[in-house]
Amino acid sequence: MPQLTTFVSAGRRILPNQWDLIAFAAILAVLTGIAKSYHGISAPLPAANESVVSLDYWELPYYAFRTVLRMFAALAASLVFTFTYATLAAKSRRAEMVLIPVLDVLQSVPILGFLSFTVTFFLGLFPGNTLGAELAAIFAIFTSQAWNMAFSFYQSLRTVPPDLDEVARGFRLTGWQKFWQLEAPFAMPGLIWNTMMSMSGGWFFVVASEAITVGDTTITLPGVGSYIAKANDEGNWWAIGAAVLTMGIVILLYDQLLFRPIVAWAAKFRVELSESQDVESSWMLNLIKRTYWLKSGFVPIAAAMRSVSFWPLHLPRSASAPSLSKSQVPSRLIDALWILIVIAVAAWAAWLTVSYIATGANWDEVAHVFLLTTYTLIRVIVLMALATVVWVPISVWVGLRPRWAEAVQPIAQFLAAFPVNLLFGAAVSLVLAFNLNPNIWLSFLIVFGTQWYIVFNTIGGAAAFPNDLREAAANFHVHGWLWWRQVIIPGIMPYYITGAITATGGSWNASIVAEYVKWKDHTVVADGVGSYIAQATDKGDFPKIVLGVAVMSLFVTIFNRLFWRRLYAYAERRLRL
Amino acid sequence: MLDPAITTLLNVDKVTQVFQTGSGETRAPVLSEVSLSMKTGEIVALLGRSGSGKSTLLRIISGLTRPTQGTVTISGEPVVGPAKDVAMVFQSFALFPWLDVLDNVELGLRADNVPVDETRKRALKAIDTIGLDGFESAYPKELSGGMRQRVGFARALVMQPKILLMDEPFSALDVLTAETLRTDLLDLWQEGRIPIKAILMVTHNIEEAVLMADRVLVLSSNPGRIASEIPVTLPHPRDRLDPIFRELVDRIYALMTQRPDTTKPAAREAAAAAMGLGLALPRVSTNSLAGMLEEIAAPPYNGKADLPHLADSLQLEIDELFPLGETLQLLRLAEFEDADIKLTPLGQRFVDMDVDQRKKVFGDQVLAHIPLASHIKRVLDERPSHRAPATRFREELEDYMSEDYAERTLRAIINLGRYGELFAYDENSQTFSYENPQ
Repeated sequence: MPQLTTFVSAGRRILPNQWDLIAFAAILAVLTGIAKSYHGISAPLPAANESVVSLDYWELPYYAFRTVLRMFAALAASLVFTFTYATLAAKSRRAEMVLIPVLDVLQSVPILGFLSFTVTFFLGLFPGNTLGAELAAIFAIFTSQAWNMAFSFYQSLRTVPPDLDEVARGFRLTGWQKFWQLEAPFAMPGLIWNTMMSMSGGWFFVVASEAITVGDTTITLPGVGSYIAKANDEGNWWAIGAAVLTMGIVILLYDQLLFRPIVAWAAKFRVELSESQDVESSWMLNLIKRTYWLKSGFVPIAAAMRSVSFWPLHLPRSASAPSLSKSQVPSRLIDALWILIVIAVAAWAAWLTVSYIATGANWDEVAHVFLLTTYTLIRVIVLMALATVVWVPISVWVGLRPRWAEAVQPIAQFLAAFPVNLLFGAAVSLVLAFNLNPNIWLSFLIVFGTQWYIVFNTIGGAAAFPNDLREAAANFHVHGWLWWRQVIIPGIMPYYITGAITATGGSWNASIVAEYVKWKDHTVVADGVGSYIAQATDKGDFPKIVLGVAVMSLFVTIFNRLFWRRLYAYAERRLRL
Repeated sequence: MLDPAITTLLNVDKVTQVFQTGSGETRAPVLSEVSLSMKTGEIVALLGRSGSGKSTLLRIISGLTRPTQGTVTISGEPVVGPAKDVAMVFQSFALFPWLDVLDNVELGLRADNVPVDETRKRALKAIDTIGLDGFESAYPKELSGGMRQRVGFARALVMQPKILLMDEPFSALDVLTAETLRTDLLDLWQEGRIPIKAILMVTHNIEEAVLMADRVLVLSSNPGRIASEIPVTLPHPRDRLDPIFRELVDRIYALMTQRPDTTKPAAREAAAAAMGLGLALPRVSTNSLAGMLEEIAAPPYNGKADLPHLADSLQLEIDELFPLGETLQLLRLAEFEDADIKLTPLGQRFVDMDVDQRKKVFGDQVLAHIPLASHIKRVLDERPSHRAPATRFREELEDYMSEDYAERTLRAIINLGRYGELFAYDENSQTFSYENPQ
């Protein structure tokens, strides 16, 4: 009898099961899509007036595929960037002195403003070929994804648990071995979370970069973004609706097929003493785990990768290692020299920028841009305050009800992906119909995509609020304003601030799109640095673009340093439960 | 068989360790001229309080940290980097959470480029020896603390080190589990089933040291140096209730509570005064202080308690018991006497007082015997605003001790001062003052 069982199970194991079939079908579909798209990617660039995008609904799946492919290409680039840039910053003290501040500034710079430069640059690399435009779009998406991923990875590398570090050193793991055995796995959960956030944020840039006009050059790449742009040009409401639906389906697909399985799989990289209560699950991961062929295909790959990770390559050790030998004690002289070089290069770069701006703008122009940036600053502050007043009470209400929170939180994350361009029609129609002041009413567009960061972070904070504190508050009859002031607001503060920082950064970027809105033949403009940059981009006036972006970056950086950083430090110190 | 094997395996020669601060200034040494040696076949316990530098010494021996001065040699070879002949077992287990038991045990061999087949064979054997059969594919977070530490042992033993280093390997485990693991390890060692030549363990548990070691080295604190060496010749398995065992434990308690100059109270006072602001204070709870006084005053102790018994009945480790006792001694509420702690007449009266009287006495004693407290009060009195920032005192303290100690001392004095109502402290502005919210 036992022999029969063995035979039967052996037979079952060799034959592919139904899960293998489903998985293979999915893989083939992806391969076919890539092949078809590749054909399109290397096509010659169409003439400026030739339309490559049609509003035909049946083209949408193909456009969506092209867009997603671009996003994943950018994601791959972001990962490569993360693994090199962040690792270098974490391992070399001198590189760190430069790389981390640079990353910090890049995070707060409105990338959208630079689109015109990168487009021109990449078109110049591949004249007359779509590849240049593709690369430009991919680069734009990359710039929206890479920074926070690199930051998260760098921070993980600097906070590797000291006891695990000692084990790795005690076993004399080489730099390469230690990176793959300890540092990369430890950084994995944070990196995956940030990758997902980046993917959401990337949509905004897809729309902006697939259809862009810089002076005389117009780029239109087949994709959801250019579809939305065309729909806005023609004022086609149905096409906008179709684009929203397509985006929704695409986001749902990559979330379910890719990110959920990865998150569920990566749960094992979390350093915690006990198994957490809520275990992430993914039907896709379960499917892969149930297949036999697919799984056995992974086994040799995994073994090979494991062997590679144990290659005795010597890489520089982490700068945080506490065993600095006497010869490695940092030399002050070389440090001073290094700082001097860095300052010199920075000064040279600043001088280049200033002299370039000077070719197309005078002091009056600079003063004007400062005024415009102040307008945008006021717009951002007021809208963030409004979003806070509206969403925080609602989010707290939702967050304190676990069932609601579970349902609403993914929806908020989902909504954060939708670019503001989808609302152009509605905005222009309303402004024109009621003869509204665009300086006030267009403002609402800048928080359209970013308010959701406040929503889902606040929900997360309220959901994590300790139940015993809630019970204590109820027991002592703490109600109303006192409850908000002394109980819940301090409790959600660190979470809210995390969300608000992201939302504010996004809003500055969004102002470039949201202050200069086109629908059919109508253009509605609000005064601000965003519309200044957008108009300069349309005209191809590069000195003005640089001026606008430089002033905006300056404002954002100062605002972050003086306000958000301090608030965040305070909340971390005093209010983290 | 024993004779030729008794050779010097490990030699630590005048090791001194001084940590630098961020600004490059040097501080008081953590270890000062520590020398020790180990022979093949020995289990040696390094016993010390937290801050005595015992873990630092272990890391210097393993080559993870380089000493500021002095040398370490293993079988005559100087240690200049992570040493090949040692393997370490950690208090926190330090297992890689993303690797299963087998992969965790294989890690060191794979890193050493041992062929995959041999790696597997040796790992499975180590897992078998240590009693982890059946758990090969489990992840650390699925395991209990005891099982996790067994993985820690298997991971170290599979490397076939000459010396096994253990950094408080049982202190994160509950009493029963710790005892099982100790016995299992001793059995394997006695039966010669593990291929190691000597064990060096760091612990703050006096009974554990006497139970396992052939020699106990007591480290003194601030700076760490070897204060005494106690050979333990009792045969294994040792009985904790054996009078000789008890006597050894008592003797070590007495050694560890003794200060260099405790012979006369006058000399002690002079020493404390001379130390002035350099007196590092442990963080203790005022409730625990009062609780300990009450426990000593009550039967069965009636004012004088045997420390091992007291530790047992209060369920305190020496790292918790000694700071309490020392603070009481500093405040003249109790006194150490060999392995006993005895209430002073003031301590006896303190027990019968009500809360307000206790706070008054407490405040007076803190002011009279802790120089930092009187210093803070003098500064507050001198200033017209009667306010002073904490950074001022922190910087003064850092002239005498490390940043960590300075921070801890400051926290301790804030706590004692608040309880004794000597001064107020505002956390948000980090200032001392006399104002309490009205």
